[in-house]
Amino acid sequence: MSMPFYVSPEQLMKDRADFARKGISRGRSMVAVQYADGILLASENVSQALHKISEIYDRIAFAAVGRYNEFENLRIAGVRLADMRGYAYDRRDVTARGLANAYAQTLGTIFSSGGEKPYEVEIFVAEIGDSAAEDQLYRLTYDGQVADEHGYAVVGGAADVVASYLSEHYQEGCSLTEALALAVSALGRSTNERGETDDRVIPVKDLEVAVLDRTRTQPRKFSRIGPARLERLLGDRGPSTANPVEEGADHPPGTAATDASPDDPKDPTDQESGDAPPLQDPVAPPAPPPVAPPQDPSAP
Amino acid sequence: MTPHQGADSRLPAAFLQPGVSSFADFLSDQAPELLPARRTLPQGSAGDLAPHGTTIVAATFPGGVVMAGDRRATMGNIIAQRDIEKVFPADEFSAVGIAGTAGIAVEMVRLFQVELEHYEKIEGSTLSMDGKANRLAALIRSNLGMAMQGLAVVPLFAGFDMEAGIGRIFSYDVTGGRYEETAFHSVGSGSLFARGSLKKLYREDLSAEQCVEAVIQALYDAADDDSATGGPDLTRRIFPVVQLITAEGGRRLLDDDVAAIADRVIAGRMTRPDGPAAPLTTGGSAS
Repeated sequence: MSMPFYVSPEQLMKDRADFARKGISRGRSMVAVQYADGILLASENVSQALHKISEIYDRIAFAAVGRYNEFENLRIAGVRLADMRGYAYDRRDVTARGLANAYAQTLGTIFSSGGEKPYEVEIFVAEIGDSAAEDQLYRLTYDGQVADEHGYAVVGGAADVVASYLSEHYQEGCSLTEALALAVSALGRSTNERGETDDRVIPVKDLEVAVLDRTRTQPRKFSRIGPARLERLLGDRGPSTANPVEEGADHPPGTAATDASPDDPKDPTDQESGDAPPLQDPVAPPAPPPVAPPQDPSAP
Repeated sequence: MTPHQGADSRLPAAFLQPGVSSFADFLSDQAPELLPARRTLPQGSAGDLAPHGTTIVAATFPGGVVMAGDRRATMGNIIAQRDIEKVFPADEFSAVGIAGTAGIAVEMVRLFQVELEHYEKIEGSTLSMDGKANRLAALIRSNLGMAMQGLAVVPLFAGFDMEAGIGRIFSYDVTGGRYEETAFHSVGSGSLFARGSLKKLYREDLSAEQCVEAVIQALYDAADDDSATGGPDLTRRIFPVVQLITAEGGRRLLDDDVAAIADRVIAGRMTRPDGPAAPLTTGGSAS
């Protein structure tokens, strides 16, 4: 007869935290930078269709790293919560603080309940006010902790390296161009095994950037910055390096699921995907249907 | 955060469930009392209890569509409000104008606006023009019970179809029947007169400005013959709400711009109170 081992609560929580942290550290970083006219969110994401940054409400944005299915669920819940509150009361009654609280409760409950796998996600909830002083930026971790950030913040894989770059170069009240250049250079910063810094230029097509822009005339302040505008704003940055992981990877993605190495950025879920094909890009032209569509009489 | 969730609890499971991208469907599961159509009414007609909105006119022109509504709400023989707004943007490329019971109609428009925005945020893409028109039909259909007790809502929906590159107009009946209209249409108590007026004024090659002038002429004609439709209020400077939608998106015309057109229309009517005369024969020399 087997005896159940005693596991101390400290050990239990530590194991769960290690599990979640490991999952998150495999992904790319995400940065949020406050600038004069709003908040900029940027990450490396090769998928043009599966977003890590999205709109929640008029002045509120959501950005996340980690497991795609988990943060996508949270995003949808946030949209529903915000729309329901805005419909039941008024559009101005939807706040980032309320949303961050709901996320914190949810993540915290899931993290400490024994029956559920902790979410491997870290989240930004950002809201802009009428002036930069009223902007709010919340960073939520997998265990439901909320941090009220000012100026800039980082979540995801190489957060400490990216954050140290930001702390050296961030200036309050910078313009959109400066904030974008700062965020993108910070994302390109990494350290090698010997602890030396190693900067690379991330190609524009691998960037996902969105802003909450106070100066927009529409009530919905969220806007994505597409590749063409990014190119214009970033200017000449020298030759770009797509992703060093592919060349330098000592094992193909998916062969070591527990290894805390960067994932294959091709995989939108930010997880090592093995040989499974990536999720179908909804923008790509669909495969021809197996049966001739009825509206095409000329088809055989 | 919502009335249905304590401040210290996690998000309900239904919020995290994928698959539903309709806000109205989500509400009907989670908070049905918030839906305009889910109310039980006592027997009898309630139609005289609430203000009614009146005439809405829409017309297309090459490159877009114009929708305009008068500013009067009536309750029997009383003018309930003289500056009500009955034309609303539904999303960036469409507008909805309401005739019928004002309270329920405004609530339905609010729900429709959230419905379109909700879909856009969840799916990451906008609904097609027909998709939007069908969603509105579903909302009206769910209101049938109230419509039979006198609280009918009959909207007019217009927008710019990005795929087809043209402005399109949809009308509805109280059962949710959806009908696409060509060129122009009008709903509400003064709609007969407005439609008759537009028949004579409308041409397919109108510019955006001319189209706006045509719908304001039509509203004037409706107000001329229908007591429930408000004409331009010269002393208070209250003029129709005009929504202009093109490929660049929709915008509400500034009050000053509408006032300038309305003043021109009124100046013309000073000499000819029935408005501009149409030629007797198509293509005749009288034009």
